[in-house]
Formats: sequence, C-alpha cells, structure tokens
Amino acid sequence: MTPILSAQNLTKSFKNFKAVDDVSFSIAKGTVYGFLGENGAGKSTTMRMLLGLIKPDRGKVMINGVEFNNQRRYLLKHVGAIIERHDMYGYLSAWDNLRMMAQLSNSDISEKRLRDVLELVGLKGRERDKVKAYSQGMKQRLGIAIALVHEPELLILDEPTNGLDPQGIAEIRELILHLSKDMGKTVLISSHLLYEVEQVASQMLILHKGRKVIEGNVKELLDPKETLFEIKLATDTVLVQRLNESRWQPFLVSETDDTLTFKLHPAQVPDLNRWLVAHDAAVMEIKSKHSLEAYFLSLTHDPTDTTGTV
Amino acid sequence: MTQLIRQELYKTFRRPRTYISFAIIAAVTLIIEAALYADGKTFVNFALSGITEQFDVNGNIINGYLVTYIILQSLVVNIPLLVALVAGDTLAGEANLGTLRLLLTKPISRSQLVWAKFLASVVYTLMLLIWLAIISLGLSLLIFGKGDLINMKSDQIVMLLKDDVAWRYVAAFGFAALAMTSVAALSVLLSVFAENSIGPIVSTMGIILFFTIITNLGLPSFEVVKPWLMTTHMIAWKGFFDNPVPYDAILHSALILGAYIVVFVGVTIFIFNRKDIQS
Repeated sequence: MTPILSAQNLTKSFKNFKAVDDVSFSIAKGTVYGFLGENGAGKSTTMRMLLGLIKPDRGKVMINGVEFNNQRRYLLKHVGAIIERHDMYGYLSAWDNLRMMAQLSNSDISEKRLRDVLELVGLKGRERDKVKAYSQGMKQRLGIAIALVHEPELLILDEPTNGLDPQGIAEIRELILHLSKDMGKTVLISSHLLYEVEQVASQMLILHKGRKVIEGNVKELLDPKETLFEIKLATDTVLVQRLNESRWQPFLVSETDDTLTFKLHPAQVPDLNRWLVAHDAAVMEIKSKHSLEAYFLSLTHDPTDTTGTV
Repeated sequence: MTQLIRQELYKTFRRPRTYISFAIIAAVTLIIEAALYADGKTFVNFALSGITEQFDVNGNIINGYLVTYIILQSLVVNIPLLVALVAGDTLAGEANLGTLRLLLTKPISRSQLVWAKFLASVVYTLMLLIWLAIISLGLSLLIFGKGDLINMKSDQIVMLLKDDVAWRYVAAFGFAALAMTSVAALSVLLSVFAENSIGPIVSTMGIILFFTIITNLGLPSFEVVKPWLMTTHMIAWKGFFDNPVPYDAILHSALILGAYIVVFVGVTIFIFNRKDIQS
C-alpha cells in the first residue's frame, strides 16, 4: 500500500550548519507516527520541509505517492498542520480565525462544520472571544481545530503539547488518540516529551543532531523483556551476600549503596518485592527505567558517558 | 484569490493600528484648518506681501481650495509614512505573529499571497487618500467656501478660477494614489526581508527621505539620478495646478512610478517564492 507520507533523503543546511542530514521515512495510513528528538535535533526543520515552508537542499517529499513540489496546493488540501507555536490573529475572535483558515482550505466549509470542530476541541461557548484573551491551552486547541476543520487525511503536529499544563497535555493526548482510532486520521506528531509520544504513537523515528537514529514500531522497540527496574532501599539495608546466593542474582545489573538495578520481565517484579521484604529489606521505591526515554537516551547519549544510559 | 484579498482586507481593517493613520490625517488637517480660520488673513498678507505692491488682490483669498493646497503641501512627506505603517506590516507582521507559516500550510500559492497583500495595501492607501480628500477638500470648502486658487510658485504665480479647480483636485488625488501605491509596493518589498514591521516602516521612510533630499538638492552631481528617482515623480500631482497643465511630464512621471510598482511587486514575488519560512 502506498504510504500517505514519505520523505526521501531530506537534507537541509543553514550556512555551515547541517540541520537535517539525509533523513528518510514513510508513514502508513491511519497510524500515529512519533517524531522524537531533543531541541535542535532537526524535527521542526524536517516538518517544515514536509509542508513546503523550507526548501530541502536535497531529497523529496511524497504525499499519497505524488511529489509534493509538483502538486503543492492540491496536496495541502489533504493536510492539516500546526508548526511549533500556535499563533493566530489575537485581535480577532476564535471564530474569525477558524473561519478564515477554513475558507483558505475549502471555501465550501459550512458554519455547522466550524461549530462541530470547536465542540470537538472543547471551545464551544468561547468562540466569540478574542484569541488574545485565550490561555495557552485554548490557543493550542484552536490550532488543532484549524488543522482539522477541512477534514484532512494527514495531520502534522509539531510539539502540540508545548506550554500546556498536565491537564492540557492529557486532553491533547486524548484528542489525538480519538482522531486516530475513531476518525481514521493519520497523525505525525513531534515532541521532546518522550513519554507523550510513547502514549500515542504506534511508529516512531528518533532524530539526533539532524540524523535518523532509528525508526520502528514502538512496541517492538519497547520489548518488556528488556525492562530495567531500579529498586531504592533504605541505606542501612545489607543484602548483597544474600542476593548473590539467591535466584535473583542473574537479573542484577548494577548496585550502589542504596539502589539495585535489575533487568526483569514486569511480571517478576511482585515476586522480587516479596523476596526483598521477606529478607528484611526496606523497599523505598521501585521504578521502571525502560521507558522510551531510557531507550532514547541510550541511543543519543555519548557512549563514553555511561551515566543514565541503558 | 478573491477570498484571499477579502481576508487581507478584513484583517487590515479589523486591526486598531490601521486607524492611527486616519486619526493622524484628521488631527493635522483640523489643526491647519482651525489655525487658518483663526489667523488666515495674517498668513495671506505675509504670503502675498511681495505682490501686493504691484497688484491689487481682492476677493475670498482664504478659500477651501487654497486651504486644501496648503494641507497637501504640509502632508506630502507624512503620507508615505502612513502608507508604510500598514504596507510594511503585511508580510513582516505575519512573520512576527507566527501566522505566516500557518497561512503557507494552506493550499494557496506564495505569489497569490503577495498579490493579495499588495492589493489590500493599495485599497488601504486609496481609503486613506479618500479620507484625506473628504477631510481636507470637503471640510475646507464647507468652512471657507469656494474661491479662485492662487498657486504661488518660486518663479511665478498661477491664478486658477474657482470653476476650473475641482477637476484638478480629482486628477491630483488620482495621481497621488499612483504615487502612494509605489510607496506601498516598496514597503511590501522591504517587508519580505524582515520578521517585524518596524524594519520595513523605518526603511521605507529612510529611502523616501534620502531620495527626497537628493531630489530637492540642486547639486549637479545628483542631476544624473534625479530623473529616475521615484520621489522626483511622486510630486508630479502639483502639475495639475499649473496653467497650462504639463500633461506630457505628468504622463512620464506616471509611467516611471508604474514601472517602480511592477519591479517592486515582481522582486517581492521572486524573493518570497524562494524564501525559507523559519519564523
């Protein structure tokens, strides 16, 4: 099946700085695709190239098998986007902002459609307020409404949770999942909040210093057999001798004065906890380290720096 | 395209900043009219002091036509600033707001966007001139009435009969629209390079002032460039108050200003189509 979006060998330099270096990937219809990287990794530059805002030095972008540069205006009718900040015309109302942007994508969009989209993003009742009076979260939701209003197949959302409080982040996450699962939209989402991408994406790509580090299925990349658990103990606990003689010894990866790190299947954790308690260990905290964050750090950190890597 | 132009006009005329220019024109015009109403005779006596010894000047000298002429002379340097205030903000203001990238992710071409913004600036310029015409000519005629227009030039005095003046103002405002459109085109061009509107506004005024100084200085070394400077031709509207009207010179100026507009808009489209949007 033709991917809805594919990027081939995208490369872009600004003066002597190579912002994106030979990045290729493709996105299947109906998936939520996570685009990960630290600030400055090249995510926004790549997304701007996907939308024609920045011209690549090399490489091309295909949407539904059609080269973007050849059919830019036609293809953009099928794409909705938020790029970095969710800026709009603050002196106009949300309704005016949405109506104007909707008309640029499709002049036949009805007022009912505008009302429906505002309801979907939770702005019903506030649509006549001027945008300058909106909170960050409301602006972000209006940005998503603008991206969605013309019913695009593909949504490109660059850092959609930036500047939001935890509740706002959760709402955006729910909305993205709803758009994908219930409405069949394909979503490309970038973030440096790795946990957020882990929550919504089924496929992901990690960018580091402008280069693609890895691309794949999130579940496969997060194989639970590889999970690391950090167990924090009260500092007066002495367990090493007993551990070395126990069945848990093969799972022990490292130890410090107060922390033991095990590589375990998550189902083994309750057993280990019971064993520790039975041997008078004061367990203060058990923390899973095998998140996407740990994985990301293991891929992008300097190999000579062993702290914090998997 | 029509949709895009309509939206640009909507944005322009919903923004409070747009009306600053209208308020400035009203304030300056009303102050001049009030001052001339209160102290017009002294002003006229001073202005005509050189000719009253040889000629007997009678009638309604301080009339609406003369007052309007004085107002236009006073505002000739200021109007380009008021045009740049909005035209310089067209692309740079969108870049500053962050809305430029939002617009360019919509299915519109960059050339269309430049055209829409330029045409919206032209409409704003026309509205500004119509406002100036209403507040200066309309109000002045209402307050001071009609009369013959005495146009005092450095080397001659042109006397225009009152029934021969109205059409000259219509033609002069029409020419001013073309001249100010060239200023709008310059501002839009400068706007493509900036990411806030201060730069293009100040740069437009800087260029206009610099060219005006060259135009007005009688130095021989400037004579070569003078015929090609837009500021030399922007004041050709004054020709409509000569007798006879120098139509050939006015047409020549109009063509040069038209060429400036074409070049400015063409270069803006060329650059904007190649620009990476990083704002």
